[in-house]
Amino acid sequence: MGDREEEEEGRRRVVFVTVGTTRFDALVSAVDSENVRKVLAAKGYTHLLIQLGRGSYLPTKSDGDDGSLAVDYFTFSSSIADYLRSASLVISHAGSGSIFETLRLCKPLVVVVNEDLMDNHQSELAEELAERKHLYYARPQNLYQTLADMDLNTLLPYSPGDATPVAKHINRFLGFPDD
Amino acid sequence: MVFTIESFMDFLLSFLPAVVINHVLFMFGLVVTSAFSICMMKQMQEDVNVPLTEISNLPLMDKGNGCSFSAVTSTAIISSVIFVITLILVRVLFVIYCSSRPMSRRAQKPVSTLIILGSGGHTAEMLDLLAVLQKDRFYPRFYIAAATDNMSLQKAELLENSLAAEKGTPITNAGKFMKIYRSREVGQSYITSIWTTLVAMILCNGPGTCIPICAIAFVFKVLGIRWSSIFYVESIARVRRLSLSGLLLYKLRIADQLFVQWPRLQQQYPRAIYVGRLM
Repeated sequence: MGDREEEEEGRRRVVFVTVGTTRFDALVSAVDSENVRKVLAAKGYTHLLIQLGRGSYLPTKSDGDDGSLAVDYFTFSSSIADYLRSASLVISHAGSGSIFETLRLCKPLVVVVNEDLMDNHQSELAEELAERKHLYYARPQNLYQTLADMDLNTLLPYSPGDATPVAKHINRFLGFPDD
Repeated sequence: MVFTIESFMDFLLSFLPAVVINHVLFMFGLVVTSAFSICMMKQMQEDVNVPLTEISNLPLMDKGNGCSFSAVTSTAIISSVIFVITLILVRVLFVIYCSSRPMSRRAQKPVSTLIILGSGGHTAEMLDLLAVLQKDRFYPRFYIAAATDNMSLQKAELLENSLAAEKGTPITNAGKFMKIYRSREVGQSYITSIWTTLVAMILCNGPGTCIPICAIAFVFKVLGIRWSSIFYVESIARVRRLSLSGLLLYKLRIADQLFVQWPRLQQQYPRAIYVGRLM
């Protein structure tokens, strides 16, 4: 790669938006809106990549030549791990898989809850983690405000969980000796 | 209705230790059977004591005749029914009482395990848990998943194959350890699945498929067919309320131990065990 291209790679800051296997048009259209794009560009992000899932709303693609955000999208991928790894900011639906995959990679995360879902227990997890300052929590209507006000330096890293307490309890219950 | 059952069970379990209830029951059964036998004997005696010459003078059987046969049968039937119902109820309470306490004996041999897999997030959490369970203590391992879920069984198969590779056993042996069933409709397949995999322990974490399986395992416990310890791990996504599966297993005391990943749930459901986050 030439020096110029390396420079561009270095300055490349991607916002990755994911809805998992669901359909979340409200989030995609919110992200696609004028002021959200502006605030992301103002914060120094260069690219916006949206994973659409089963949604039907198509954002407007953009090359970003005029200094605005470069926008691209796709529907599904077998694994979004690579996209998460190369992102500088992740905006995700409230699925626990997406949330923990992102937190494990120590990426800044904004979780947007889909209020159209019938049984919205997902919001419990996002709210709790937001209270513990591991991520920001928003609804599609106030996504712009959350992005404008957020300070990613205040986020705390999430330490990975541990399944051994469960194993200990099960072992003790069944009468196996402690290791 | 669930709540009245729970409060009724709470009442009985707190009032008398189940062992005492067991003894009370057998006393009651004894009394009932004795009463029945005495009644029958009285009837037979009355029959025997009538000399042949007096047969024509026997009063007709009617309601006034004390221990008449129809009265005996209905008393017998009613008391048998009450007896059987009480027996079942007390056996259920006894099973619940025993299930809530750790096994009294030290484990001598490996525990056969049934692992119930669900979609997506459920499977990920279950695999995390399986990674830390000692494989030589929990085998043979059987995996069960819904017919519509292909990914979960594949992931389980990957895990088992990699384990076999680690140990150096041939991959075909991993197949020996693991049988995969696809639960079709509720009813026949569930019952046959459970019957053929009479396991010592069931591990599940939330999918709807686990309720019928755990219910059947509980019935087997009550009937004395097979004692399976049922462990339920509530999903990490459940912070303030239990899922429906968790709620049923908790309230009806079908799970021996129910684990929750957030402290607020442990406050709300005191018999649940808080174990922190798995992921």
